Amino acid sequence: MSLALQTFSTVKDASAALQAAGSRYLGGGTLVVRAANEGDVSVSSLVRVADPGLSRIAVSGGKVRLGASATMAAIARHPELAALAPAARAVGGPAIRNMATVGGNLFAPAPYGDFAVALLALDATVFTEDGEMPIETFLTGRDTSRVIVTAVGFSLPSMESFRFLKVSRVKPKGVSVLSIAALLQRTADGTVTSARIALGCMADRPIRALATEKALLGSKLTPQEIAPALAAAGEGITPITDPIASAWYRAEVLPVHLGRLLSQ
Amino acid sequence: MAKVPVQFMLNGSEKAEFVESGTTLLNALRDKIGDTSPKGGCHQGTCGACSVIIDGELRLSCLTLAETCIGADIKTTAGLAEGGVLHPLQRAFLDAFATQCGFCTPGMIMAAKVLLDRTPNPSREDVVEALSGNICRCTGYEPIIQAVLLAARANSQNAA
Amino acid sequence: MELRKDYFADVRKDGLHEIGQPRPRLDSPGHVTGKTAYFADRNFPGMLHLKMVRSPHHHARIRSIDTSEAEKHPGVVKILTAKDVPHNVYTILILIQIGPEDETVLADGKVRWKGEAVVAVLAETERAAQEAAAKVKVDYEVLPAVFDMEEALKPGAPLVNEYHGQNYYLYDSGECRKVRFGDVEAGFAGADHILEQSYQSSPIEHAPTETTGCVVVPESNDRFTCYTNTQAMFFTLDNASIILQMPGSKLHFVGGTVGGGFGGKVDVIVEPIAILAAKLTGRPVCFIYSREEEMQISSPRAAEKVVIKDGVMKDGRIVARKVTGYTDAGAYSRHSPYGAQKGAAHYPGPYTIPNVWIDTYCVYTNRTPSSAMRGFGVTIGDFALEVQMDKLARLIGMDPLEFRFINAYRDGDMKAHRQPTEGAALIECMQEASRAANWPVAEKYMAMSSYRKEA
Repeated sequence: MSLALQTFSTVKDASAALQAAGSRYLGGGTLVVRAANEGDVSVSSLVRVADPGLSRIAVSGGKVRLGASATMAAIARHPELAALAPAARAVGGPAIRNMATVGGNLFAPAPYGDFAVALLALDATVFTEDGEMPIETFLTGRDTSRVIVTAVGFSLPSMESFRFLKVSRVKPKGVSVLSIAALLQRTADGTVTSARIALGCMADRPIRALATEKALLGSKLTPQEIAPALAAAGEGITPITDPIASAWYRAEVLPVHLGRLLSQ
Repeated sequence: MAKVPVQFMLNGSEKAEFVESGTTLLNALRDKIGDTSPKGGCHQGTCGACSVIIDGELRLSCLTLAETCIGADIKTTAGLAEGGVLHPLQRAFLDAFATQCGFCTPGMIMAAKVLLDRTPNPSREDVVEALSGNICRCTGYEPIIQAVLLAARANSQNAA
Repeated sequence: MELRKDYFADVRKDGLHEIGQPRPRLDSPGHVTGKTAYFADRNFPGMLHLKMVRSPHHHARIRSIDTSEAEKHPGVVKILTAKDVPHNVYTILILIQIGPEDETVLADGKVRWKGEAVVAVLAETERAAQEAAAKVKVDYEVLPAVFDMEEALKPGAPLVNEYHGQNYYLYDSGECRKVRFGDVEAGFAGADHILEQSYQSSPIEHAPTETTGCVVVPESNDRFTCYTNTQAMFFTLDNASIILQMPGSKLHFVGGTVGGGFGGKVDVIVEPIAILAAKLTGRPVCFIYSREEEMQISSPRAAEKVVIKDGVMKDGRIVARKVTGYTDAGAYSRHSPYGAQKGAAHYPGPYTIPNVWIDTYCVYTNRTPSSAMRGFGVTIGDFALEVQMDKLARLIGMDPLEFRFINAYRDGDMKAHRQPTEGAALIECMQEASRAANWPVAEKYMAMSSYRKEA
């Protein structure tokens, strides 16, 4: 069996073709073409949709909708998405960002998928051709999912409320040791009224730091108040081990970097 | 094996070929069309040696399927010199000793060209960011960064 | 570039025209235009692609190999196993009489490291070769493996390589390379302080941007042209000639253009099997490592362990130095017996020490075979020696740079290898380093010279 690409004009038709064994959806190519190049012979058919609508980015009334084929570069340079630019720019080098898509990032296994970490903190909704689901539900079932993601939607965070940090060993760009995204709503005096914190590389896919979120409620992010939240950061994590870092190292440095992000 | 027709502009001239479906642009350029200036260093999107410019944007030809480039305008380092005269970036890479083994050089020049096309007077940080997807194992990067800054200065002097 | 002419002013010849002058690199015009021809830039009609089936185990007996399904796979042209290789057991340094032959081109009955080549698959396309390689069935009986040099040297450790018979390289000097100079125990006895420390390093991969590989073309005159990125053209040609039992005159090697090597491309690892494949199929053959193979399979710099015991006086003189070095060759020799020997030649470092004892061992483990990398046998030793020098300086409360001036070797000093020092420049390098790093030392050290002894 050789590799073959099938192009469809609608998601519906592509979705039908994707049910065949050995089929993978081709977004920007940074995951599936790589797999094929590396000798993953389980991939024999690539399916794509040539619909420019899938690349659309819409921002209105405080709501954002990113087409699944929107690239990291398109998000990073979008004038209304400045709050998300650091997360989009955290993905790859310039060439990768011109190719890597929102949809692909949702499927990227750790240590990749930094943008999905941001989407998890933003409580995004994942749209598919036949419905929608919360991102957490999507991430849990993504390994067996055969659906084509068409878009993600979320409320546009303010610059002040959204924080993102990616830690890598190579500067300015490298594969993640870990990434952290935090959506913090605060009152005028700085008291945290809601916190959503997502972590990359702390499992095989983005996960939430639920204990840390809880510990931050009602705090004003002083060093004394942050301390218990950092102490709780290790709860529920199962960091990956890869050539970049061991699980032990990732677990050790998580509170350090989380502390820096929260103290900004 | 299903062959598919591909047709695109390469460095200003039209190219048409039949390739097997699923062939990467890198392999199509190198094996079918004979432009070996993009190099295959990793085939996984890590090293940047295969970088080309597609419709004005930097892309990795190793992760791009040739049949998705139909009608595209593709530029490679092999097409940069015009009439035997080196492009300012090529000149600067020579003058700044920015090549050693040379394997990363065509990709580096592509990444730098996209930068200078959009940002004629880049800062050092701009250059570092623009080259951040390209790996060089010989130079330690500094001569390459200096070459891009040198080319930018040469361009602005020519424009003045 | 600044050329300092105050050093060696009275002994230097000044009629130099090239030193200090920038000269264009001859290969750069090709690099910047993309015209430089690397081996993989050659493409030939009908070229076959070679993919290697590799051992998933660190140490195992091969019970059986079944290639029948793979042979039937569409696009497959030829499958090679150990029996197809004319002289399957080789070692690179046999060319300079460093034996025994200890490594198989394709595994025969046993694998000794994870990633060892077992079966070569040749197919019309890379994809077909990958698919067929996945269909080769190898039945392994997994054996105990050893990954640590000290464990490997203990009695009862699993034997890594039967061609050696023990887990270390047997030099003509015995189980290690030895240097004996003065009386090291007497030196320790008379020393004010003794410091013994151990240092170790992990393997380091060169990670060249161009992966290891070659393209071989059978020519009409019965010869084979091998386009390769080896860093060792004639080593490779001669070893290929031995492995293939083919006169060297039948082999035409074209190379010299290497997309990054750093010592990682001196193993004779792709050419012999690719030439054999071209011979047996009559077609051009391309064998190029994937990035994963380059990182996991190609030989890295050896892991090393260095134990240094020094005797030092309060006034800063090192009076005795004992060094035991261990080089992890992995499962096969390749260049490591030479690397470990280089270590013995390099210690005790660029210092004049009256009593020296050096033992360096080349140890076999079930790890990826290591080989050359920029100053192998020396680089890790230097790391250990210089950290040790800092620790010694701290121990006696002396400035670390001044401590090195006191011990630096100078012209006429007798080295531990009984070779008088000549052409030393360490004193002058440290003087310039002192200035450049703004790390002042006492005036008497700035007045020293490598070639003129002060009165």
